[in-house]
Order: sequence, then C-alpha cells, then structure tokens
Amino acid sequence: MTALDFSTTIGNTWFPAPTFTASGCASSGRELAQFFPLREMGGVVTKSVMSKVRTGRATPRMAETPSGMLNSIGLQGPGIDAFIAKDIPYLIEQKARIIVSIAGETVEEYSTLARKLRSVSGISAIEVNISCPNVENRGLVFACDPEASRRVIDGVRRTIGGELPIIAKLSPDVTDLVSIARGVVDAGADGLALINTVLGMVINVDTMRPHLGGKTGGLSGPAIRPIAVRAVYQVHAALPQVPILGMGGVASGKDALEMILAGASGVSIGTASFGNPTAIMKIQNELKQLLLDRGFTSLKQAVGYAHRPEAEQANV
Amino acid sequence: MSQINKSAAQLLAPIVSNKKVGQYHQIIINIGDLASLCKPGNFVAINVGGDSSSMILRRAFAISRVSINSTFGGTMELIAAPHGQGSKWLCAQGEGAVLDIVAPLGTAFGIPTEPVPVLLVGGGYGSAPLFGLAEVLNARGCRVDMLLGASTASKIYAPMEGKRAVNSMRIYTEDGSMGQTGRVTDPIAEIIKDLDVAVVYSCGPMQMLSAITKITDSLSVVHQCAVEEAMACGIGVCMTCVLPVESEDGTVSMLRSCIDGPVMDGSKVQWSLVGKQL
Repeated sequence: MTALDFSTTIGNTWFPAPTFTASGCASSGRELAQFFPLREMGGVVTKSVMSKVRTGRATPRMAETPSGMLNSIGLQGPGIDAFIAKDIPYLIEQKARIIVSIAGETVEEYSTLARKLRSVSGISAIEVNISCPNVENRGLVFACDPEASRRVIDGVRRTIGGELPIIAKLSPDVTDLVSIARGVVDAGADGLALINTVLGMVINVDTMRPHLGGKTGGLSGPAIRPIAVRAVYQVHAALPQVPILGMGGVASGKDALEMILAGASGVSIGTASFGNPTAIMKIQNELKQLLLDRGFTSLKQAVGYAHRPEAEQANV
Repeated sequence: MSQINKSAAQLLAPIVSNKKVGQYHQIIINIGDLASLCKPGNFVAINVGGDSSSMILRRAFAISRVSINSTFGGTMELIAAPHGQGSKWLCAQGEGAVLDIVAPLGTAFGIPTEPVPVLLVGGGYGSAPLFGLAEVLNARGCRVDMLLGASTASKIYAPMEGKRAVNSMRIYTEDGSMGQTGRVTDPIAEIIKDLDVAVVYSCGPMQMLSAITKITDSLSVVHQCAVEEAMACGIGVCMTCVLPVESEDGTVSMLRSCIDGPVMDGSKVQWSLVGKQL
C-alpha cells in the first residue's frame, strides 16, 4: 500500500489527521473516550464555552427530522473556569489535540474568554463560535452581521496575540457568506469553520405549537450536507489560502472527501457521533482509503481538487 | 470522577426471538458476555432503519432482563411498542436479524444492602425493567410488591413469568378494563405504611413519577425512578435529554438523563421545573 500523508495544518498548527469532533457534539471528549482513544483523531473541538455557568434552554431540546435533527440546547455549559480546571487537563492526559470553542454574548465576553485561555498550555487552536443559532436574540448571532463578526475576531486576536490559531465558526444563514468570511480573515482569523447549524422549526401537530422549548433550533445531519459543501466551495474559491474546517452532515468517508474536494483542510463530525459513537474512526479509515484509491499521496493534494480547471483531468 | 459510559460497548447483535405480547413486542438479543455488565435500570441504544435510512438517531430502550447463560449464551430482553417509525422498524425485525447496539448505558437501580420491603410501580410498558429488577431484589431477600397501571388493559405489560419474583402484583386501569379501576398511584401511600416499605422503584410516564414523588416525599421513603426524556445520542454528548435536578449544595442544574439517569433520586428531580427555562 502506498504511503499517505494524512496530516493537515490550520494556521501554524499541525494535526496528524484531518478529522475532528464538531463543537457541541462531543462535550469535552470524556463520553467518547470509552469508544476510541481520543488521540487517534485529528483533534477534539470542545463544546462552546462561555464565561459563566449556563443552564441552557428548556426541554424539549431535540426533534428528529428526515436525515437530520433539530437541537435547541442554548450553550449549556460549566463556564470557562471550571472548563479550564477540569476538562483541559483530562484532554491533555488523553494526549488529545484540543481546539477550544468559545461563545460570548458581547464582543467583550469573547475577549475575556481569550484572555483566560491565553495562559493555558496544551491548546492547539481556538474556535470562535459567532454563529450559535440558539440564543434568545437573533441580533446576538454575530456571524449574521459582517461588522459584528469582524469586531469579535479583532478583539480575540488582539487579546491572544499571534500565538494561537483562531478559527471563526460561521453561519450559513446569511446572504453573502464570502464577504463575512473575508471580513473575519481580515480581522485576524487563521481559519474558518463552515458551517454551523441551519435555523429551523418543527411544529407539533397535536399540541399545534412549536415542538422545541426554544421554538427554533439548529438543523444538522446529512440533510444540510449540500448546503455545507456549497459553503465550503464558495469560500475556498474566494479565499483559497485560508484553511477551512468543513462540517455539516458528514457521516461517511465519502462525505468527508466531498468536503475536502470542495476546499476543506479538515472535517468535523457532529451529528454522526450521536447515531454512532465510533463514527469518527469509521470516517477516518474510509477517507484514507478513498484518497489512496484516487491516487493521492497526501491529503493536502486533495484539498480543493474540485476547483481545478475544466480542461484538467483527474491525474494525481 | 468515575469514567462515563464505562461498561458500554458497541456491537452487532443478532435477534434470538421477537414475540408479540399484547400491544408490545418482546425482543431477545444475543449479546454474549456483555450480559454480565447489564444491570436493572440500564438501557440499550439501537440503530434503526438500516444503512440507507433517513432515521439518523438511535432509539433507546430499557433493558427489561438479561440472562447470562441461556441456550444462546448471554442475552438481553427488551419490550418495544411499535409507535414511531423507528420502533415499528425494530418490531418488524425477525429472528436472525443483526442489530447495531450500544449497551449497557445509564445508571442502574440501587439495590438495598439489607432485605427490606420494596414496592415496584410501573406505568404502561414502563413496567418492563421492573421484572428484571424484581428478580435481583428477590434474590437479595427483599419482599417485593408490584403495582402496574395504564389507561386501558391493552397497555398493561405483565408477563406471566414476571409474577414469580414478586409477593403480590396489583393492576390498575383508568377505564377499569383490567384489574381495579383507578390510578396506580391511588394505593401507594397505604401500601408503604402497611408493609413498611423502605424503597419505591418506579418506571413510566413523567406525570406518574412526579405523582409518586409527592407521596414518597411526605412519607420519607426513598424513591428511585427511571426517567424518560427524548434523547439524541444516549451517551452524554448531545445535551438534549436534560432534567432539572437539585444537587448536594442545593443548586438546580440540568442533568443528562442518559448518563446521570435514567435512574434518579425522585426527591431530587424538580418535577415542577421540567420543560421550563431555569
């Protein structure tokens, strides 16, 4: 078998594999560790953490939909101090590579979170989640506003300096994704996470009211994969030098390869882990084989390969 | 901190038998050595619909009983009601069909160290895990009495062999079509006093668990209940199945019914806050 260089880089950070958890879909890794060693994937993207303890939204928080699901968690979490004290040491002990996802209600909260993380060792990158759909005020979805997006990333960049790569997580629920992507890159983001969930709703026809406690929720799973592939493709076309973490319904190696070919340097697996705790390992193995089958000797060769000129044949 | 999901394994397990019992299906699955790790109260998460299914989430079922050394080796029994698309698919799978399962998951019922009198209360097919529990309690030397309730006779799950491990079994239906007319909660207070019950175990709809807690709280009896909340993952990563529960320091937090439950201390669950924003 030919050797395959499966590694990827985001900013100045190297990862041995391009497979990650999606934030909010693996908590802080403990739950999945029973099913496979966390160090065997590219990295754990932890659930977006805020400054304070947060209880999240009322139940019901979930509705299964065709090839997908709606969630309405509302960023339940322990707060940054408990997270740094308990979860980071655990992940380091597991030899997992760690991408910490942060979420705030204000530009200042993001900066505060970045300040607390600046002195923590063992972190590979910071994901700045500016696109959680499950907040009370849609005005708080920074990623729907180019100027607000820029201000958040700028604040985080200034706070942490040039040390840690910053990945901005964006929402597909916008008219012009490329301009928002360009804005956060200009403000200092080293990479982009595409896409967060798509805002949706299910109405219970018995109660004749919205099913979820929070009324709206984020749609995830294979149902949104074509939206994610499109988003990755569009942004990669406009910003080919910016590494993208592609996500949205990746459930197989083939799905992961689609993201890579569209322009993703890595893939995050979220909802698939709900249905199959070993999904990430399965996807990783399948992706390796698919790359080899197509004659690639490195993952990097395949990144954005779907963008090659019309006249060019597949000849790797 | 104890390791989360510490006994759980994912495996492909063949169905040994699938029998219709009233409105329900009794499904027995060959799970080999995993049977020895399953305790009453634990649940199993099963993939449904096959590879090309649009149903992406597992379905959680209470493990009603396990057998370590049946003629098929280690087996697990579960009771399913063919209500939704997923459970209909499962109930349609015949002998030999292979299921992708993750088990055992969740907390188990605590077993008293002394042979004290206990009362088991089941609503609908929520009674299923109580039969396996009754066998364990009976082996511990406890006096086990059981109450089963439902809206109507066809929703009662009470297998003949289930009576072996219990001292008495009383059935209540709201329409009077089986057993006594009324709610299963009606006689609980009296039974607790008459038999000097030390622990009440329950499994069934939330309203029933909440109503039992009102009774047990006023009588200072331990109430261990198995809760049921919609789950996406069953392994603690999705945070959808949460319930408001009071902790040691008096604060209320949203605990996951998949890993901090399904068996919870009824007196700690804040029933009036279920479905509310904290």
